[in-house]
Formats: sequence, structure tokens, C-alpha cells
Amino acid sequence: MLGLKFDKTKCSDCKPVSCLVKCQYMDLDRDRARIEWQKIVNGEDSFVLEACTTCYACEEYCPLGNHPFYLIVERQEEKGILPSPRPIITMWINQCEPVGRFMVGMVQEKALSFCFLPAFNLLVGGKLFEDIAWSSIFGQEFFCNAVYLHYARMSVIKERLPRIIENIEKQGIKELVCLHDECYGTFTSLAPAYGIEVPFKPVHYYEYLYDKLKEYKDVIKQLNVKVAYQRNCSVRLAPDTDHFVDDIFGLIGVDRVEREYDRENALCCAEVIRMAKGYELADDLQKRNIDDMVKAGADYCVFNCPACWDSLAEKVARRGIKPIHMIEICKLAIGEKPALEV
Amino acid sequence: MSDIYEALVEIVGKDYVSNQKEERYFYGRDPGLMKPHEPDYVVMPRTTEEIQEIVRLANKEKTPVVPKGAGLSLTGLVIPQKGGIVLDMKRMERILELNEKARYVIVEGGTTHGVLKSYLQKHYPSLRHSMPDSPPIATVVANAVIHGQGRLTQQRGFNSDMVSGLEVVLPTGEICRIGSCSVSPYWFSKGPPLPDLTGLFLGWFGTTGIITKLGLKLYPCKKIRDVMLFLTDRAELVPDIMLKLGHTEMMEDIVVSTQPIPLRFKGNFFILVFMTGDSDEEIEFKRKMAWDTLWEYFDSRDGGFVSITPDMKTPMMAMPSKDTTRFADVRKGGGFEYSGPIAPVEKYPDFVKKLEELASNYNLSYASAARVIDGGHCMMFSFSYTFNRADPDEMDRAKKALDEAAEFSLDQGGVIWKPNIDEQKMMMARMDPNTLRLMGKIKELLDPNGIMNPGNWEAK
Repeated sequence: MLGLKFDKTKCSDCKPVSCLVKCQYMDLDRDRARIEWQKIVNGEDSFVLEACTTCYACEEYCPLGNHPFYLIVERQEEKGILPSPRPIITMWINQCEPVGRFMVGMVQEKALSFCFLPAFNLLVGGKLFEDIAWSSIFGQEFFCNAVYLHYARMSVIKERLPRIIENIEKQGIKELVCLHDECYGTFTSLAPAYGIEVPFKPVHYYEYLYDKLKEYKDVIKQLNVKVAYQRNCSVRLAPDTDHFVDDIFGLIGVDRVEREYDRENALCCAEVIRMAKGYELADDLQKRNIDDMVKAGADYCVFNCPACWDSLAEKVARRGIKPIHMIEICKLAIGEKPALEV
Repeated sequence: MSDIYEALVEIVGKDYVSNQKEERYFYGRDPGLMKPHEPDYVVMPRTTEEIQEIVRLANKEKTPVVPKGAGLSLTGLVIPQKGGIVLDMKRMERILELNEKARYVIVEGGTTHGVLKSYLQKHYPSLRHSMPDSPPIATVVANAVIHGQGRLTQQRGFNSDMVSGLEVVLPTGEICRIGSCSVSPYWFSKGPPLPDLTGLFLGWFGTTGIITKLGLKLYPCKKIRDVMLFLTDRAELVPDIMLKLGHTEMMEDIVVSTQPIPLRFKGNFFILVFMTGDSDEEIEFKRKMAWDTLWEYFDSRDGGFVSITPDMKTPMMAMPSKDTTRFADVRKGGGFEYSGPIAPVEKYPDFVKKLEELASNYNLSYASAARVIDGGHCMMFSFSYTFNRADPDEMDRAKKALDEAAEFSLDQGGVIWKPNIDEQKMMMARMDPNTLRLMGKIKELLDPNGIMNPGNWEAK
């Protein structure tokens, strides 16, 4: 069985205990955080395991790269804690079971991963993808499975992920552009944390877009708009990609508004939290997040994750902010029309 | 050419009568499992008076008459068991009157639910009717005659409860008005304060007369409609969940489905909770009421609301739902039938157990959808099995499973909805003898020559 590469000594020597002190959903001072975290490290009961909203943020907060969130998920599963109602977990596990239903394009060594998200069929198109759109993979057989971090089912990830990676490798793919950054986070953070070898190079689609935009810099029209960036949960697995957001915005003349809930302090779309903790917290998070976008004067809300789009696009539109996916705002900058609409 | 054929041509014109093999083949079967039996003639009248003449002719010739809507019951209710004339109502499709202030519409005997829905959306967007989940070609009259259910059934009862008046051609040829329209120009009530005579025709499958006009109650059509999806994996909790949701008196419709494929459905009961409102605030309030009323199951982790994406929502919100049609072709070959007992909601866990047991015993693909009726007085539970029409063995297994489901449902205290002739016999065998005799007397009184849809409700 695959085991988490977790170094207890790093935690015992850790002074800031940022994993819990910075948590947006628990109010813990450093001393209490240290006590609770030590319980978790030791495999003892801690209220944290029940209270966790599975927002992934502690993965980013940990200054030592010691994977506190993965350990929480492991402990939740060991103790039979259900972050969401059992039937919802069952549905998710069943829904993404690799059962031989997938779509493969004319795959080359460099390919696009649509994950298991049909929205990318709409988003991928135009000049930015003209030399790669047909080289794509989609379906449960290529689904990264990181979503089970929300459901305390690390065992499912450990069982399926090696198969998924093997399926991708069998396609002869050497470089995989991940359109869903949860896939990118899985291949660059989750897999290595469990010693799972990734025999291809994962590329975040932000990096891909940035490079393509540079090729088209002569046709880029500066958009001169203010945008609020909806930073999603899985960014926490690969926060080093965040600079591409600013790099891309810089190229296309977009002002990423300063607001309370961005970057490390970002709020997620809250739909997983709705299923896990109920509507009050989820409604409150979404309201605070959108209020913050409005207050910052954003013209657009730029989405990274299609699931965030599904949760928030209509709601931001009702507040007078135009929702747009990152791919689509890049298309706008080179004179193409967005395909995804509310 | 026979005398009957010539007489029918005389009544409706030659374009609307046939005794040709092609038509007789088509009108001799339905998509379910009942054995085909061809009619001798197919006729498509345009007016009540034409129907009156056809019925008089049938009495004279002692030949059966089977009135037919879209023929979608799946249980062979319009298969002419003893031949005769199939009277296809399709040409009588007009919407005759809509009274906006009294909220009813009068339609002809062949008007479809699809046409009525479109008409209301275009001309009276603040009014709606109870749209069933059958294809939109289902007729309003036939759906009422089989005591169909629809999107407003959770709030308002069976679609037949929403009837507000009838015009009927009796089996002996008289034209008769039923309800307030019998003494008033208004069609606002099917009975009260008069004796409710609609019971002589609704549920009788055309064995007591032919409905040529029907008044139907209309209800407020709110500006916004939404759906929530609650999951549980414990069948024994489903009845209380249904009742708690019904208790809020705020849900438009409550439908519980279970099926093993696609995989995402496996192991769970999917409870669709529909709601309507005139503002976001109204929807929001109802959404919170649904959450709060089921909070105990969320707390125990036995159930929860799933966040649904716009992609998921679109098919869930479709009226009529297309899921039934999709299910019908799971095995390819387009075969699908269900036994649909009406029963107390407390029977849900037992019925689910039987549904799965029969599917396993007879090696069949299965699904079930249960709809709460009238706030929880009862539910319709479907034992649905799909089969390939080109596979006689599979069809035989499906028929046996459905027969067994029907017997089981009756044993459990259920009453079979739109029963096929075998199921009618099962129910009549268990019926209070005096009730059965009363049905026989009514039938004999109204249809002395026994010409109306013979084979059905033969209460002798």
C-alpha cells in the first residue's frame, strides 16, 4: 500500500503551525493549534478532523511542504469520519469509477487533458489551441481522482491514481497540458507525496496559455478591465502556478483587483462545503466572496475551475460582474469570442 | 367493402377511415408487453356528432368501439381485444376555451399535453397545468381517464382530480355534460355541489363512454422553477423524507428514483425536490425549508443535498422528463413497461426490495420512480423493466416479473395504476363483491350492448 511521505520531525520543530493557525474555518491560537496538530500526527482524535471543510488550504500554508492536508484526509478515513454525507461520497466514488468509457483524440506526445469535465469541449478552440485541440484525452480513465480528498477517501486515490497514470502513459503522452489544475496538482503534488512515479511532464494550462499568448503578442488587444480572480481549492496543491495569473493578466492588460479574498486568503466556491457543512456556511462564504468582488470594482470574475464556474458564475452575473473563464479572457484578448455563457 | 366500412366513410369521409392491414397492424399494439390484437377498422372523427353517429352504428352492428388517445399507457388499454373500431381522437385537438379568472381550460378529446403546454406558455404564461412525464403527445383526456399523475400531483392529487367538467358521448349515443357545465355555462367544477358523475367515466378506460370535451383546472405558473437533489442510501428513510418534504407544503413535486446504472446511481435513492417561486427570495426560502426539514439526516450523514451543476439541472427540469424514454431503450429494441401500484408511502422500502429481487430472479434491467401524491396520502411506485422487443425470451421474463410485481403490490395493500387486463382481473378477484356488482350494474346500465372497449373492466 502506498504511504504518505510525511516527516513528523518537521512538524515537531514547526514554530508557526500555519496549517491550523491560518485556517479560515477554525479559530486556533498557536498553542492550541500545536496541541491539536500533534494529536493528528499521533493518530489521536482531534476536533479538527471533524471541523475540516476540506478546502485544501493547509497544503499551501505549510511552509515545509509536509502535506498537512493529505495527513488530515488519511486520519479522517482511518477514523471513519465522513466529511460529507455517506450517500454523496458513494455517488462520487461510483461516478468516476474507470469503467472503460473515455474519449481519446489524435493523441500526440503533447496532449491536452480535459480531465472528466465536459466544459472543456466548449472552452478549447480557436487560435490558442489550433495545433493541439485534437490531441486530447477525456473521461474517467484519465480522471485524476483528487476530488476524493474532499471525501476522506485517500484509499480510492491510491488505488486509482496509478492506473490513471498508466492509462495516460499508454497513450504515448510525454507532455500533458492539464486544463483542470486539480490534475496538475495531482501529478505534481499528490503523486509525489505518495511516491507514485509520473512518467510524463505535467504542464499547467496557465503556462501553456502564457506561452501561446506570447506567440500572439502582436495581435493582443489590451483589455483594460478590472477582474476579480476566483482562486479555487486545487490551486492550493500547486500555488507556484499562481504567478502565471499575473503574467497572463500583464500580457493582456487586465488589472487583478486587490481584494480581501484573493491569493492565500482566497475563498473557494463553497459548493463542496455546502454538501459537507450545510447551506449557512456556504451561503455566507459565497456572499462574502462576491461582495468582496463588487467592493473591489471588478468588471469580470475570472474562473480557473469549471466547477467554480458552475457554482458561482450565475451568482456573480446577478451582481453585475461578468463571469469568464481564464481561457476565454485570453481568447477575448486576441479578438475571439467566448463560448461559455451563463 | 363491408357495410360498416361504407357507413364509417359516410360519417367521417374516406380519408379518415381505414380497414387496411398497415393501419390495423399499427393500431393493434402498444409499446408494452400485452399481446397485439388488430381492429377491423380505424376511424378518426372530427366532431362530437361524428362520434355520436359512430357509436350508434356500433350499437346497431354490435361491434366494439375502442377510443384511443396517443396509446401510451404501455399496458394495452387501447389494444382492441375483440376487434371492432378503434376511434382515434387525434383530429379533435382544439383548445376550445380558457377562462383566466376561473382558471380552467376546455379541450377537445384528442388535445395533447404538449399542445396545451405550448398554448399556455404563449398565451397565458401565468397559468399552468399538471404536465405528466409521458411524451408530450399524450392526450389530456386519456391521461385523466387513466388517473395519470404529473408535475402538480404532489400538491393537487391525481391529474383526474383536476378535471373540472366533461362532455361525454354515452355508449348508447347520447351526448351528456358532467359537472357545473351541466347547469351553467362555466366549467369550474366536475361535481360539487352536484353529485360527482365524473366517477362514471374516469378510471373506466373508455368502457362507459367517450369523452369528447374536458375541462381542466389551471394553476399559478410561478416565474422561477428550481430543483434540488437529496440522496440517501437507506430505503427505510425514504417514506419519512417524502412526508417531511410534503409537510412543508412548499414543494412542487417530489420524485424518488433508484436504478443500478449508470454507476453514479448505484446504491443510492435520488430524491428530486422541485420548487417554484416568483422571486429569488421565495425560492431561497423554500430551499432553506427543504434543507431544514431534512437536517437530521444530514447531521447523521445518512443523507444530503448534492450540489447540482447547470448541466445536470437541465434534464432534471425538463417537462416532460426525457428519462423514461431513455430508459425504454436501455436494452435497445425499445421495450419498456412498468407496473405502477398506488400505495401508502410507507411501503417504499418493501417495494424497492421486491423490485431488485424480481430483476435478479428474471435477469432484467430495472429502474423505479416513485412520485408523492397529494402531500403524501400515497405514492405511485413504478416497477420498471426494460427489454429488447426482438428477444421473446426477455419479453417473457419481463411479463412474468411484472405479473409478480402486481400480485406483490396487491398483497401489500397497493392498488394497481392503469392495470392491464390481467391486472384488472387480479384486482376484481380481490374486490369487495358488492363493489364489483355495482361496477357491473353501472357498466350494464350505460353500455347494454357491451360495445365499449370490451375486455377491460369486465365486472361480471
